[in-house]
Amino acid sequence: MTLKSDIQNKRSKTRIKFERDLMRTAVCFISFVSVFLILDIDCRAQSVSSAELIENAKKYDGKFVLYQGEAIGELMKRGEFAWININDGKNAIGIWAPLGLIADISLLGSYKQKGDLVEVSGTFNRSCPEHGGDLDIHAREIRKVSKGRQIPERINARKSKFALILVFILGLVWILSLLGKR
Amino acid sequence: MLGLALAMLLPVAFGLAVNEINPVLDFALSIEIALIFALVLIRICFIDKSLSWMHGMIVVSMSWIVAMLISAIPLWLSGHWVSYLDTCFDTMSGFATTGLTLVQDLDHISFTHNLWRHLIMFMGGQGIVIVALSFFVKGLSGAFTMYVGEARDEKIMPNVVNTSRFIWAVSLVYLFLGTLALGAVGILNGMSVFTSFFHGACIFMAAFDTGGFAPQSQNILYYHSLPYEIVTIVIMILGAINFKLHFHIWMGNRREIIKNIETRALFISIVITFLITAAGLSQVYPKAMILFRKGFYQLISGHTGTGYQTIYASQFLNEWSNLALVGVICAMALGGAACSTTGAIKMIRIGIIFKAIIQDIKRIILPERAIVVEKFHHIREVFLEDKLVRPALIITLTYLILYGTGAIIGMLCGYPFLNSLFESTSAAANVGLSCGITQIGMPALLKITYIVQMWAGRLEFMSVLTLFGFIVAAFKGK
Repeated sequence: MTLKSDIQNKRSKTRIKFERDLMRTAVCFISFVSVFLILDIDCRAQSVSSAELIENAKKYDGKFVLYQGEAIGELMKRGEFAWININDGKNAIGIWAPLGLIADISLLGSYKQKGDLVEVSGTFNRSCPEHGGDLDIHAREIRKVSKGRQIPERINARKSKFALILVFILGLVWILSLLGKR
Repeated sequence: MLGLALAMLLPVAFGLAVNEINPVLDFALSIEIALIFALVLIRICFIDKSLSWMHGMIVVSMSWIVAMLISAIPLWLSGHWVSYLDTCFDTMSGFATTGLTLVQDLDHISFTHNLWRHLIMFMGGQGIVIVALSFFVKGLSGAFTMYVGEARDEKIMPNVVNTSRFIWAVSLVYLFLGTLALGAVGILNGMSVFTSFFHGACIFMAAFDTGGFAPQSQNILYYHSLPYEIVTIVIMILGAINFKLHFHIWMGNRREIIKNIETRALFISIVITFLITAAGLSQVYPKAMILFRKGFYQLISGHTGTGYQTIYASQFLNEWSNLALVGVICAMALGGAACSTTGAIKMIRIGIIFKAIIQDIKRIILPERAIVVEKFHHIREVFLEDKLVRPALIITLTYLILYGTGAIIGMLCGYPFLNSLFESTSAAANVGLSCGITQIGMPALLKITYIVQMWAGRLEFMSVLTLFGFIVAAFKGK
């Protein structure tokens, strides 16, 4: 009996220990996943501004950065890659990307259109050895955050009225100057 | 003003072609205002008498102020400038071929306004009064005084009207060739045909006239292209050469390039300032190609007075050493050739001063009885005389005072010495390289200081000082 109860006790102790270990492992795993998720969310939020990159170029040199802004100008294809300039409102920075990454970008900022808003993740170079020392980002991933749009041009009514008034004044001055000559 | 109104027809036609209605309206308004003022001034101020030296000088200096105010109207109406003062800053920068800018959101500006920004530089580079001389003046009465008033004292042709027309002919031929070259490079760079040639024309106008405006906010860095940088270097150097030298090269006298004191001085000066800059950049750009594209490019851009940049303004201060900055400041202060589109002290004066120093050293070393004769070659052999040395020294000294004054005002506004000196030299020498001081937030006092520096530096003081003298005399009642 004693032997049997001893074995049962040992088994229950082992089970309790096993359950405790399992709980610990689960807590550790959940904590690890939570920390990882928090860190991941934090990484995603760390979008760096152009001013920050340019002012602290040495600090970010060779680092992986996340940069967001409007695609402006034109896509300049160079073989299997292309240059695209992204403006975050302060400055524009050149992005060197494989053609496959920029296939989604359809609208580029100009007078008549607002360009696509994109998020670029890639390696920042203070003085890129591959591109003659340009300050640039070599893209690893480009995500379109929001689509650009055409900017409809409406004739400014105030300017039109003012132009008509000036035509009238100009005519008057011209007639007066002609009369003055006589 | 009539000339400006006529010039504005070009962006109007272009704006209609690319279907930009509101920008066209901006220019229509500006043309109307220019014409009204022109008619009123013709009625009030018209005289038949020929211009005296003083009047010629005052006409020139005032013309530049009026041109700045009128040309700013369409740009201001675009809404891309925060204030009218900022717009005037940009138009004076354009006419004086400086290139410093306070424009906002340049990447979304219309083609029409962008064309006008560069056209302003093209007109300013040749001299806006030269435009009038070339196209509107029939007689020669008073023409020479105005020609000299715009800092040109060398006649290429027998009279100044023909000289002005020759300068325009040279510029238009180069405009065609330069636009073709830059357009072709643009297409090879992956840009569309229309944009390539539009940017090509704009960049040419600003590079040949050693201006420095560019159609995009990143300046030349936008293109990420070595061929583009090489073509602009060639155009900048062409713009920095004396138009008289262009004439002799066109006439087949190619040896003049090697013999001329200005080209020799320019070459030596580029080599020396580049060595200084390169020494200061050895740690920043250790590779030769990077040193060429970042160090040499900014240096040649500064020396020719263009102001094109392939780096961001703040990189000058954050990354470049003080030695490298001093190299670029020296290059900016010296400038290109006389009778070219560059500003600053200019190579002919540096050459003359250098020769005068050698002459004086020889006088000390040689026996008292010895007659020391110094010569230099500028189109022909010229004997060095005191009447040549004196004005060269006076103008050089005046430029140094102008650079220093701007730097002091910059420091009074709270900027460090080297930053202030860099920006002041850039403005007064009509260069346009910026280390970051020139931005919308800078004090209005500094904006006005730079406007005056750009104006006085471009006109080489005489006409501006005459105007100030006239105003002082008017106040004293003399």
